[in-house]
Amino acid sequence: MATLTSDRKSTRPSRPAPELIFGDLWEFDPSPETADPKLKPRYDLFIGGQFTAPKSGKYFDSINPANEQKLAEIALAGRDDVDAAYAAAQRAFDTTWGKLPGRERAKYLYRIARLLQDRAREFAVAETLDGGKPIKESRDFDVPMAAAHFFYHAGWADKLDYVAPGRRVAPLGVVGQVIPWNFPLLMLAWKLAPALAMGNTVVLKPAETTSITCLKLAEILQDAGLPPGVVNFVTGAGEVGAAVMNHPTPAKVAFTGSTEVGKIIMRALAGTEKKMTMELGGKAANIVFDDAPLDQAVEGIVNGIFFNQGHVCCAGSRLLVHEPVADRVLAKLKNRIRVLRVGDPMDKNTDIGAINSKEQLGKIAALVDSGVKEGAEMFQPPCRLPAKGFYFRPTIFSGVSMSHRIAREEIFGPVLSILTFRTVDEAIEKANNTAYGLSAGVWTDKGSRILKMSVELKAGVVWANTYNKFDPTSPFGGYKESGFGREGGRQGLLDYAKLV
Amino acid sequence: MSRLPISKTPKPYVGGAFIRSESGRTFPVKDAAGNFFANIPQCTRKDLRNAVEAAAKAGPGWAKRTAYNRGQILYRLGEMLEARRAEMIETLVCFGVAKSAAAKETDTAVDRLIYYAGWADKYEQVLGNVNPVASPFFNFTVTEPMGVVGVIAPDLPPLLPLISLIAPAIVSGNTVVGLASEKTPYPAILLGEMLATSDLPGGVVNLLTGFRKEMVPTFATHTHLRAISAAGVTAEERKALRLGAAESVKRVQFAAAATEREWFAEAAQSLHAIRETLEFKTTWHPIGA
Repeated sequence: MATLTSDRKSTRPSRPAPELIFGDLWEFDPSPETADPKLKPRYDLFIGGQFTAPKSGKYFDSINPANEQKLAEIALAGRDDVDAAYAAAQRAFDTTWGKLPGRERAKYLYRIARLLQDRAREFAVAETLDGGKPIKESRDFDVPMAAAHFFYHAGWADKLDYVAPGRRVAPLGVVGQVIPWNFPLLMLAWKLAPALAMGNTVVLKPAETTSITCLKLAEILQDAGLPPGVVNFVTGAGEVGAAVMNHPTPAKVAFTGSTEVGKIIMRALAGTEKKMTMELGGKAANIVFDDAPLDQAVEGIVNGIFFNQGHVCCAGSRLLVHEPVADRVLAKLKNRIRVLRVGDPMDKNTDIGAINSKEQLGKIAALVDSGVKEGAEMFQPPCRLPAKGFYFRPTIFSGVSMSHRIAREEIFGPVLSILTFRTVDEAIEKANNTAYGLSAGVWTDKGSRILKMSVELKAGVVWANTYNKFDPTSPFGGYKESGFGREGGRQGLLDYAKLV
Repeated sequence: MSRLPISKTPKPYVGGAFIRSESGRTFPVKDAAGNFFANIPQCTRKDLRNAVEAAAKAGPGWAKRTAYNRGQILYRLGEMLEARRAEMIETLVCFGVAKSAAAKETDTAVDRLIYYAGWADKYEQVLGNVNPVASPFFNFTVTEPMGVVGVIAPDLPPLLPLISLIAPAIVSGNTVVGLASEKTPYPAILLGEMLATSDLPGGVVNLLTGFRKEMVPTFATHTHLRAISAAGVTAEERKALRLGAAESVKRVQFAAAATEREWFAEAAQSLHAIRETLEFKTTWHPIGA
């Protein structure tokens, strides 16, 4: 039952003020997105501007993680397909793309941005079906942001003299890229747009569970008239990724994924002179001070860890709360996640969709078990989960200490670990006490404290009184074991250039 | 009766002090004429770890100095080298560098310090920027030093590359553990003495002497070294450095200058050499009442 009580502050800070709780009083009617994702039953490789069957003739299924139903068949690339893709990319670099003036390259990128905007709804539905993220996120974030990346980088293509002050820049040549499954289309845009703006050609492998929007984008590249071979897509799992990374042709490889795999790639490429960009894991601290606007902070904490089911490398997975407000924040947080809607990703009211794969669901469950075993206190709201598909309840752990696995390892799921601190120095020490350094959040009313924290936190992105904000103009990337290189902005562009 | 001169015991400069190797080992170096010159400490992996500790301790304080102050200290280092120009030239000559080349190397090294001193309070204005995001945030990207940088100098020339690798790293607030030329380590010992009188806080630059084959594996794998800036390393050493770097996702760069001549060129000094040991940090600050 909902109870309406006064909003008066409790005199005892340890006891949270009563507040309005809706609970399950009102049921939501289903509100499914119904647009046609225009899927093909089978997707081939995209090599030299053509959809090409894999030489092996092998295909694998891409399923919808929300209901485990097959969506389409995806080509399984072999070594010779990867060779063919690189040959096409090299040819395109030598004969067309590498010779095109920047202003002409720009026009292709603008076209891609526009064509993606035209088909935004269709792409959003496809993205949600294939990856399991809530439709409101693919509709309002992934797809528009992907288009924005193409639009932003398009304008750079003929302004490259301004990228590296005092020096001229040139493309590197052919670039090999491997992207993860958490933001399939957006990561694709992050990788393609700067590489192409700089004049490179690309061989890219999407994640095996989320290849569909990548191959749908190939249709847009054809419609845009992009010269054949400038962009090539090869699909498959880790072996194909290794073939893309270890191939002798690319002058640079760019990888987004786990720190573990990033290290494997770095080792594999140790004997070469290939340039690299690594966007790896994270274990970000989201730090809430006692002067923070707490309701706003709670929204930010929820967005920080439950956005995209927590499948976010920069997720605010470690909440550091100032002790004077720790109880209040925890109580508010529990109330807030009680009303998160977990379920059908295609429903426009869904907050937390499906976990991307069975494998990932298993990893999350294993780490959550370790949290319980190590003595942290778990809270999960009693929400109903669909019978089919891969789902995990939003989970928060309080009483977590720095040595717990759930405070050190990247969970990549909707699981928040809560730690507390007493002083600013302790917050900084705890936040930085990790091998990662991708992002951090700070919640406080004091502007000077925001800037102080921003200086002290060893992280590539610091969000103040907000979390998980992205923009093509804003460089993104990590310190320490979260990788090197940036994506977005002038700094990201420079990672696809050589100085001449 | 002729007077017997007092010869100097060469000691590398680590943590603001002049040390012997913890191992007690030394190796003899000869001058160009083949005469015994001195015993040089043969530093060990343990010495390297100690140096990294000293550098890590000095790091936060050095990075917090104002840019103006760091610029003045690098300039002061130029002053120290200029003041002992004759001694440095004489030393280089002693190890077989022609007199004119020795003078050129010393002068270029001084000029290089002055070049980087001038960047101290400017590189940020050129490399960082405000980003016009499509939401109500003041979004800006600034640079930060990476932390402790491992510098591996080539054998030749003995002085200029070492300074060319150290200066762009420390100007932004990094601290350095450097490995001197294996063949001609003495100029680095002399440089250490100049560093000690240059207002540079102890531990900001630490110089080790010794054998590359003993030290490179630890440079590669030491996780507190956040970056490696190397030159004149073999293909095998490059691979070892990159392999070790993978363990802690360390940044590794090899200097573009490949020949002795190239170290003297204008292109051997650059804003972008400073950029190589910087991280970019982007902050989102809300705009609102």
